[in-house]
Amino acid sequence: MQLFSNGQMWRSHELKPSYDVAIVGAGVHGLATAYYLGRLFGIRKIALLDKGYLGYGASGRNTAILRSNYRTPEGVRFYNAALKLYEGLSAELEWNLMFSQCGHLTLGHTDTAVAGLRVRAETNQLLGVDSRIIGPDEIQKLVPHIDCSSAPRYPIMAALYHPPGGIIRHDAVVWGLARACDRMGIEIHTRTEVTGFRVSGRKVESVITNRGEVAADTVVNATAGWASTICKMAGVSMPIVSHPLQACVTEPLKPFLNAVIVSASLHVYVNQTGRGELVIGSEIDPYQSYSMKGTLPTLEQMASSALELFPQLHHIRVLRQWAGICDMTPDFAPIIGRCEELDNFQVDVGWGTYGFKAAPAAGRYLAEAIATGKTPDIIAPFAPDRFRRRQLVGEKAAAAVSH
Amino acid sequence: MSFRIPCPQCGERSAYEFRFGGEVLTRPQAGADDDAWYHYSFVRRNEMGIQTEWWYHRFGCRQWLQAVRDTRANRVIRAYFPDGKEQTDLGTGES
Repeated sequence: MQLFSNGQMWRSHELKPSYDVAIVGAGVHGLATAYYLGRLFGIRKIALLDKGYLGYGASGRNTAILRSNYRTPEGVRFYNAALKLYEGLSAELEWNLMFSQCGHLTLGHTDTAVAGLRVRAETNQLLGVDSRIIGPDEIQKLVPHIDCSSAPRYPIMAALYHPPGGIIRHDAVVWGLARACDRMGIEIHTRTEVTGFRVSGRKVESVITNRGEVAADTVVNATAGWASTICKMAGVSMPIVSHPLQACVTEPLKPFLNAVIVSASLHVYVNQTGRGELVIGSEIDPYQSYSMKGTLPTLEQMASSALELFPQLHHIRVLRQWAGICDMTPDFAPIIGRCEELDNFQVDVGWGTYGFKAAPAAGRYLAEAIATGKTPDIIAPFAPDRFRRRQLVGEKAAAAVSH
Repeated sequence: MSFRIPCPQCGERSAYEFRFGGEVLTRPQAGADDDAWYHYSFVRRNEMGIQTEWWYHRFGCRQWLQAVRDTRANRVIRAYFPDGKEQTDLGTGES
């Protein structure tokens, strides 16, 4: 294993006139799709097109939490495939992704919340996912500093404990995948903004960018935040609304929290990074927007909710606050697969607040769909036409608070 | 970015006094086909630019109003009570 990087992780290229696959968005989803196309299916004449730099968008703005304790069998199976791929990814990429499987706790503060967690625990266990309900005593043992007393307005009644969940270094995932793609000859084009598509009949002929036009046999939309904007350029409408999601990070503290803590009732989630900082995330902002500026009301809400759980943090300072744009779907599940309107336009969008943790599985199985022309069973439930068929995958119970 | 909405009843107030009600949509006529209901139920324009949307002033006059807002900068151009005539969308998507 290479301990120190000696040279560039990936190179710049001139745009070629044509590629086998053009992927819009070089975030973790686009990179994973390209990586698996190259590694598993030998398709390497790929261009990744991104308007920003690597990690500018949702891949660098999420709170780096991984878990698979979802609500629907379709979701649990899919996110668990992603978690398994993440477990092997450091070795595969020969790049330390700093995946800490410190465990993940979703707190229940009301009877109804606990009932919801019980359903998730049962579904998880049926599908072989390590996930169970624990009471305040066990919570206190796992997280000695959390306030399990009856003092808070919403005392903690139980938690859904998911030991394989944890946190990973999200920048490292992007860089590691980018390096692996580059080594296979896949081209990463940053600062390359897609401005339109040339569409003829049921086919996207080429992608128009600020650096020129590229033809491609298959075009993939793997963007987050601007997924519906990109789709609109190809004449494809989407059941998506974009909301900002805010998070903040505090000054570093000595290690005291070795688990991801989520509270759906308080709309907050907290974890401590390897550097000691606390990452605190919120719910999506309550209105549609493409603005990535933070707001004071959300910062207040994050702080007050975190203090309900950890009152001893009252003197801790916030270092940074930021926002990312989330493409919310009606059922809180993603939209993956070929568009109804176009034969060679694949989407990997609608990732709401749960995209980062799903990236390897989305990339792996979308790559299979592109290479073989057949939709793998594991992503079939997330097909773009499911809304037209009224076959939604209701994942709100496990995904509405954005962890 | 947080912003203010000029409520026609109460004046300019923080957006956090309001509940967002989504894009202004045109409800399909009775007997419309499945495609029309699919679009009405699920598909959104999700405009990156100026759009017309519903807001409910829950901590104020408790009335539903419409606002024209630029979703890139959260700039509210105007807000008004709809007059009953179907107001679909004033947005151009450009500006």
